[in-house]
Parts: sequence; C-alpha cells; structure tokens
Amino acid sequence: MQRFWAERGCVLQQPYDVEVGAGTMSPETFLRVLGPKPYRVGYAQPSRRPADGRYGENPNRLFKHTQFQLILKPPPVNVQELYLESLTAIGIDLNRHDLKFEEDNWEWPAGGAWGVGWQVMLDGLEITQFTYFQQCGGMDLDPMCAELTYGLERIAAFLQDVDSIYDIVWARNPDTGETVTYGDVRLTEEVQFSVYNFEYAEVDKLWEHFRLYEAEAQSLLDQAGALFKQEEADAATKRRFPLLATYELALKCSHLFNLLDARGAVSVTERVGVIARIRALAVGVAKAYAVQQTA
Amino acid sequence: MADFLLEIGLEEIPARMIAGAEAELGRRVRELLTRERLLGVDSKVTTYSTPRRLAVRIEGLALAQPDAEEQLTGPSWKIAFPNGEPGPAAIAFAKKAGVEVSALTKITNAKGEYIGATVERKGRAASELLAAELPKEVLSLYWAKNMYWRAAKPERFVRPVRWLVALLDSTVVPLEIAGIAAGNQSRGHRILHGEVAVAIAQPSAYLEALRAAFVEPEVAARRHTIRKALDHVTRSISATLGARWREDEPLVETVVHLTEWPTVLYGSFEPEYLALPEEVLVTVMRDHQKYFAVEDAQGKLAPHFLTVLNTQVDEEGQAIIRHGNERVLRSRFKDAQFFWETDQKIKLEDRVEMLKTVTFQKELGSYYWKTGKNLETVHNLHTAWVLKSREYPLYDEAALATAVQLAKTDLTAELVKEFTELQGVIGGLYAREQGLGEKAAVAIYEQYLPASAEDRIPATVEGQLLGLADRIHTITAMFGIGNAPTGSKDPFALRRAANAIVKILAESQLPLTISEVVEADLHGEQFWSQVSDFLRERLSFYLKEVRGFAYDVVNAVLATGADDVRDVIARAEALTAVRGSEDFLAISAAFKRIKNILRQAAEKGELTAPGAATESSLTQPEERNLLMESTQLAARVAELRQECNYAEALEAIATLRPTVDAFFDKIMVMAPEPELRAARLALIQSVLDGFSGIADFSEIVVA
Repeated sequence: MQRFWAERGCVLQQPYDVEVGAGTMSPETFLRVLGPKPYRVGYAQPSRRPADGRYGENPNRLFKHTQFQLILKPPPVNVQELYLESLTAIGIDLNRHDLKFEEDNWEWPAGGAWGVGWQVMLDGLEITQFTYFQQCGGMDLDPMCAELTYGLERIAAFLQDVDSIYDIVWARNPDTGETVTYGDVRLTEEVQFSVYNFEYAEVDKLWEHFRLYEAEAQSLLDQAGALFKQEEADAATKRRFPLLATYELALKCSHLFNLLDARGAVSVTERVGVIARIRALAVGVAKAYAVQQTA
Repeated sequence: MADFLLEIGLEEIPARMIAGAEAELGRRVRELLTRERLLGVDSKVTTYSTPRRLAVRIEGLALAQPDAEEQLTGPSWKIAFPNGEPGPAAIAFAKKAGVEVSALTKITNAKGEYIGATVERKGRAASELLAAELPKEVLSLYWAKNMYWRAAKPERFVRPVRWLVALLDSTVVPLEIAGIAAGNQSRGHRILHGEVAVAIAQPSAYLEALRAAFVEPEVAARRHTIRKALDHVTRSISATLGARWREDEPLVETVVHLTEWPTVLYGSFEPEYLALPEEVLVTVMRDHQKYFAVEDAQGKLAPHFLTVLNTQVDEEGQAIIRHGNERVLRSRFKDAQFFWETDQKIKLEDRVEMLKTVTFQKELGSYYWKTGKNLETVHNLHTAWVLKSREYPLYDEAALATAVQLAKTDLTAELVKEFTELQGVIGGLYAREQGLGEKAAVAIYEQYLPASAEDRIPATVEGQLLGLADRIHTITAMFGIGNAPTGSKDPFALRRAANAIVKILAESQLPLTISEVVEADLHGEQFWSQVSDFLRERLSFYLKEVRGFAYDVVNAVLATGADDVRDVIARAEALTAVRGSEDFLAISAAFKRIKNILRQAAEKGELTAPGAATESSLTQPEERNLLMESTQLAARVAELRQECNYAEALEAIATLRPTVDAFFDKIMVMAPEPELRAARLALIQSVLDGFSGIADFSEIVVA
C-alpha cells in the first residue's frame, strides 16, 4: 500500500511519535490540510483510545490500533478509482468481492474538524473511512482534501482470514516457517495498558499533567497571538514561532483527557467543559498556524 | 417532438437521500418545462436513480417554444404623436420594438392613451433553454447534508459531480454543471463494467445501454429483483426447512439505494449464537450489517442471514463473499456475547448507583435523580387510582417498584452503549436473566412502548404505569426548565412522549385521567395548566390523526370534557355514528341558534334565572310542549349518559327535533314582555344544559 501511494506522489511519513487518538490528529493531517499548499502524504499511525481497551480479551477491540492515513490535497478527480486500485494493489480481487460506499460522515469536535464521506464496506466489513475534509480548526478548507483511513488490523485479519486480530501473522521465518503473530507482539501491551488505563493511572497526577500542558500551550498561544498582531515584527520571527511544539502540548492534553475518561474520572458535567478547553487549544493552534503560513 | 435525457453522474449518494432527490429532480424539470411551454399534453417525464446517478428523461419535448405575440406599451399618445404626426418619441419606440412607425397602434387604458406595438417573439430553442436553465434546477436540489469540492467553493452538492449526459435526441445539449460539460458518455458498474465509458446514442437507448453495463437505473426494477432474489435464495437454504426471510420494508429500500446491480447471497452462523437474545441478533444483522434475518417455519430465528450485494460473481466469488460476511457477523456476535457476559458481572441492582454519572439533563440531574422522581410519580399514580376506584388496584406493586427502580440501569450496560436502540429491551432481558421476576422484566422491556403512533402500548399494567410515570416526569421537568416544544422545534421529543401518554390512557384499562396523570407529578405548580394543555392538544391530535375522527366531532366532544381519554373516544364514536342523520344535524343547528340567542341576550344584560321556565310562566303550546318533552328527555338522557350509552343518548336527543323546530317556528324568544322573555331564555338554557353533557353540538359543522 505504501508503495502504491508513493508511486502516486505521496510523501511516506513515519508515525507521529506523540500519543494520538486517530491519524487525523497527527500534524501531517491536522495542520497540513490548512492553507492553499497542495500536499500528498501517507503514514501508518498507531492510535490510542484508552477506553477501547479490553485487556486483550476481545478479538476485535484494541486500546491501540493502527491506521494507514492518507491525505490527498486537493484530491484528484479519480480519487475513488485510485482508492479501488490501492485495494487491488494489496491483493484484493474486486471481481470476487462485494464493495459498497455507504454514507458515513466524520467529525472531531475538539479539533473543529469534520467532513462528509463514506465507510467503505468490503463483504460487510468496514475497511476504510473515506472523508472529504470540509473544515479543520473551525476553518473551511480551500482546497479541501480527501482523507483515506484504512484500518490495518482489520484489513490484515481479512486478508489472512483469521477471526482474531491476535492471530494475524506479523512475520514468518523463511527458513523454519515459524511465525510471529500480532498477539506475540502486542498482547502484553494491550493487557498492561488496559490495566494502567482502567486501574492504575493516578487521577490526581493525570489532572496535574493536564493542567501543566494546558498552561504551557495556552501561554504559547497567547504569545503567538501577540506576536502575529504586531505589524512591525519581522516575518522570520513570526515563522520561527514554535506552533508545532504548541500543538504537541495540545495533543498531550487530548490524550490525558482520554486517560481520565477511561479511568471514569471525568464527570458528565465536567466533560463538556474539558473538551471545550482542548478545543480552544487545538483550534487556537490551527488558527495561528494559518496566520503563520501567510507571514 | 423530441426526446431528452439528463444524467448527473455522482460519487455515491447517501442511500437515505436518493428517493427524495429523484422525485424532486422530476418535479423541478417538469415545472421548468411547463413554465417554458416545452411540454405537451402527451409528454412523459420519467426519472431514474442509482447510488451514482440521478436521471430524467422527457418524451415528447417541443424542440422550441411556440412563437408568441407580445404587446409593448410606449410613451403617451400625445407626446408620441404631437399634432397627429409621429414625433421623435414614436420613431424611437418603433425602432426599439423593431416595427414600422405605421404599425404603431393606440392603446387606451385606465391611465390614458399610449402608443403600442405588437411584436412577434420567436420561441427559444429547447436546447438553448435547457442549457441555460437546467443547471440551476439541478444545483437547487435539496440535500440533508452537502459538501463543496472545487477550489473557491463555487457550489455545494451532496457529492462531487463526475460526469453529465445531456441529449436532445442524438445531439448533446451544451450544458455545464459544477464545471463538468455534458456529453453522451455515461458510466457503468464500477467493477463489473469498469472505467470504460458507456456511450448513449439517444435517450431511448439509455436503459439498454446501462443494463449492458451492469447498471439497473429503474428503482422499481431493482426493488423487484431484490425481493425476488430474497425469496429465491431463501428457498435454497436446505439446512432450515420452510425458511422465510423477515420482511423489512425500510431495509429493502436501503439496499435498493445501495446497489446498481443487486444480487442476493445467504450466509449462516453458528447455532450457538441463537442463545443470545433475538433482539440483539436482529439488531446486529439489520442495523449494523444491513442483513435480512431468516426464520424457520415456526417463525423462530434461524442461523442464517441474507445479504444484498452490489455485484454479480461466479461461484468461487460467492464462496469468498459469503465467507467474508459470515466472518464479520461472527465477530459482531462475539462482541455482543462479550458485552452480554461482561454486563452480567454487575447486577442491575448494583447499577442504580452508577446512574449518578449518567446525565438525564444537565440543569436537572442524573438518571439516578430521575429514577427517584419516577418512583414518586408511580406512587402518586397508585394513590390516585386507589382514591378513585376505592379498591385496591390489581397489579403487582412490588414488581412495579423493582421495574421503576431498575428501568434506567441498562444505560450503564456495555451492550446498550453498543446498541443504543435496544435500551429498555436490554434492561428487560437482563432483569429476566437475573431472576428479578417476569413482571418486572416485561415492564422494563416495554417501557419505551409505544415508540410511534402505530406502535402498541405495553401489555401489562406495570409496564403502562412505568411508561406513564417516566414520560410525565420528563415532560413536566423539561417544561420546568423552559424546554417546552415551540413550533417545529422539539429537541427533547416531548410531543412523542405526550402522544405515548395519550395512547396508553386510550388503549389500556387504567382508570386514570389526564389531570390525574399530570397531578402525579405536579401538585398545583405553575406549569400545571401548561402541561395539561399540552397533553390535551396531543389528545386532539390523537383523535384526529390516529383515530381519524372529523375535526368538528373532536371539537364538540373536547368542549364538554377532555380529561377522561377513553370516555372522550366513546363520545366521539357515538357522535360520529349519529352525525350523518338529518334529525341530528337539525338539532345541532338548533343548538347553535340557542347558543347565539343566549350569547346576545347575555351581552344585553338579560338574566336567565334558572327555574324561571315553568308551566305557568310560559304561554304558548309550543313552548310548554318543549318544556315538558325536554324535561322528560333530559332525565332519560342523563340516565343513558350515566351508563355511558352515548349512542342511544344521542339518538334520544335527536327525537327532540320536531318539538324544537315547532318552538322556533312559532315562538319569538326575545318577547317584549320582560317576564316572558326571561322564562323563554330560561327554557332554552335548560334545553342546552340538559343535552350538552356528551358533546357541544354547536361545534358540529353542517354542510
């Protein structure tokens, strides 16, 4: 799949090394979709959703799953056909499968991001979320872009015809035929992180981390706001302002919130307020980033 | 006459929006062409749709608008023809209109005399008109959710437009929509036909060309194919004798709009999953996988499903697709089973405490708080029942208390988080599983019934009381914080809740009235009348829309009491039965007259003393007769009313007609003598009072 998209001009990026809940939250998507500059990028992104953890007991649910995330900005007119070709490229013979594009719109409220699109169903299995991104950071995208999110574990289980994600063969020794499965590699991680997320994570400390990250992010945003308003400040100063670092701090907050949520530490009344605080950071960065691009 | 075809090629349109858009496209095109005088009496407009296209074909389209004469009005005659000779104004006007000065005529209208010219307007060619007007119509189609895709966002549409076919006979109409120029190249099925364009020679060749490219553009034909295939494939399931697919109209419509070339395949799952509740299995299959459930000859769920494919494959392909779908369903069922088992680890009783973290409404409180309120409300309903009927209600109080206490606990269950549409149902199943008693389980299970006007009410008294209490509490609590519905806005679905209350009161045997239900939750608080009026308005809606009573019958019966729902219905039925009879209509007219006389008398300050009408105070035989007959009849009617024998009571009232007619023929109520006048007014007042207990007849509309 990487080769297929690389051949079509996509930058192959590495996974972003900060905890995110979805490939969309990587700056390769969240920030690159802003502004007029065309961009094509693909990357595998481990996505952490603490509340989805099942101690490795559920064959289909993971605390951390992997998305292959693709951004085509702007999308070529034949983007759907290209997508179908990408399926063929990974060994799916579409003449012997049933494929449907079913309406499924996507949004990430805390990022002020949404789009319309489909879930792509292959023999009844949702293998991809296909979205035409319309807004990000609360701003209309122009040009808009296509976001393809392939669920890698699902697709691998489908291709290998196994009922449990943990039975996916990840590697095979060519000499002995011995296999290493997804479970061999990841089961312990699923178990331990489920235990941490649900049982051990210290609520007070998580809140404290949250406050620290939030305070620093907010302070940076305030400085950015003040700097970008000064007409006499030179462009180079504006361009070197560390918004990318600010965004990482915002992502930290988002992940900490997910942990607190999984821990059951966010009351219903608090919930809306905390999401609004994360939104203020994420949307704040996006807006500042858009300004910075024009500096 | 020509044949026209427009096909808008799109990326997959959401299934739920296609039927509406297809109909709207047909309507818009028909209206446009009618307005532009391009349609004849024999013209035919046909529409088509698939997930990837909307199309409309017009047979019998005029190639051009008919030519028309137009009358132009110029400056005033005096200015144009000073001294009777054409001046500069006349010459300029003639030039502009394109006629000779000698052809100018005089037009006389209300404002004076003007010069005029008759000009011939050439009708526009259909091709030119379509190219200019059709794009606007297409881009005006309504979409529940649309998007933009081109730079600078020149238009919004449901999904990107990818191709256009516009043909007038065999000629391309040069129109453009969203940057796409029309041609004669359509597209076939994504996989079965591939990316090669499908040339459409002329509109009449459209269906054939698309079918050859594995696209069935006729919705009705796809529906027929799918239904036939469902029947056929179900019959081929040899593992279950007499297998039938579960009829599911909305699902059929969904798959009709998800496919261009549908075929049907069946799959099976391990019978062990049948141990899961049928409700869960069917929800997974229908809502999550769009599969049809299969049942055996006894109507029990069988371990099979039917899936509608958007393709046609060989046997090997069928095996692959079947295997894939079975795999997905198995993992879905496994999930459900996992959630079911996880949920059993925490009993419903222990989940009550967990409701503290589930918000009912943020200004009010949690579902824990609501559960407490529901318990109080149920207690009050019980008290009202006891006070009224003086006998101990025949239901299981303990089971009801359990049901109310646990009704909302399934909101904390994993299975409900996964299948929100099964709330209540899951709670009921868990209650049964956990041995909390069948009555409590059924009451919890059915608490959200009726979900619609067509739905049934809970079967048990416990379920009915829970349903009433839960809903009346929600309504009064929401009214209390200013969330009453306004106009078309009803975000908390309070109208639906009120409709359900009315339906439960109407279709159960509960001896409760609307005001008793309202009082169970509001004790003389300020929203009492607001909530009561709201429920009465829903009662009126129920009588008209659900029961189909005529609006005047509804107004008539509600005018004399809108509290006891089943009594209102009985009166409405009786009134509907006699409404057609001539005697009854005459009586209704007479009552209207009585009301008018009394109203006018009251406006003049005339007093009607009860009892003033006596044998001695009345002088004429017609009025004495009315007094006697109406007094006797009123006693009889009161008796019948007491027995709720409204039909006979109304028939009895109708027999008064000759007496009333004779009275109005001969007697002038507003007699000059004050005493006589008072006596007569008292007489008609007593007639009105004596017979208005069942309905206010003056509301009846006489055709």
